[in-house]
Amino acid sequence: MLHIVNKSATDRGSLESCLAMATKGSAVLLIEDAVYAATNGSAAAAKIQAAAADLKIYALGPDLAARGMAARVLDGVNVVDYAGFVDLVAEHKSCQSWL
Amino acid sequence: MSDMDDMDDGSGIVKKFMFLNRKAPHGTVYALEGLEVVLITAAFDQDVSMVFTDDGVYQLLKGIDTKGIEVKDFSKTYRALDGYDIEKLYVDQASMDARGLTEDDLIVDVTVLSVDEMANLMAEQDVVISF
Repeated sequence: MLHIVNKSATDRGSLESCLAMATKGSAVLLIEDAVYAATNGSAAAAKIQAAAADLKIYALGPDLAARGMAARVLDGVNVVDYAGFVDLVAEHKSCQSWL
Repeated sequence: MSDMDDMDDGSGIVKKFMFLNRKAPHGTVYALEGLEVVLITAAFDQDVSMVFTDDGVYQLLKGIDTKGIEVKDFSKTYRALDGYDIEKLYVDQASMDARGLTEDDLIVDVTVLSVDEMANLMAEQDVVISF
């Protein structure tokens, strides 16, 4: 299953809810303001890195660049472009957006 | 002095305005709208302070490149604020720390305040407007 999160983890609880519900082997794609969580020094960095042991964590590159965060991505997070976003949706049987 | 002299049409009154920015720049329209209102307020020669706290500190990051998401990059506008006599820019220390950011990561010179200093600054304002 692919989980998509678009809200900042320091503004909303959607990332936390997502990580609590995502089962082993699932993919989590961070887009829009959710990408801040996948950057060095963020309050959610430790949670993301812990989650990466069981989940595949992705972040959308254009959203990182638009936020000045392209060079601060955490190790273990896979950066994808829009084509990669489409591939992820196509590869997974189902998709949950944590609005 | 007549009663007429006591009446004022509002010109010449300078109030202390604080604009409190708490949102990251592109996920919502708050940051851009807030910036536009600040510029309007400055045109009326008011005493403007801009405060960045919580996710609002992300608005001031260097290295923003919005080409990929096809929205306006308004981050350079922060550097033009002193041309509008808006020189009081404050960021919250705890918000910076929680996001792994330092002053070197920011596109403009700011004054970093503790939460107590920020609280005092807010308390002395005539008007606080939140974005």
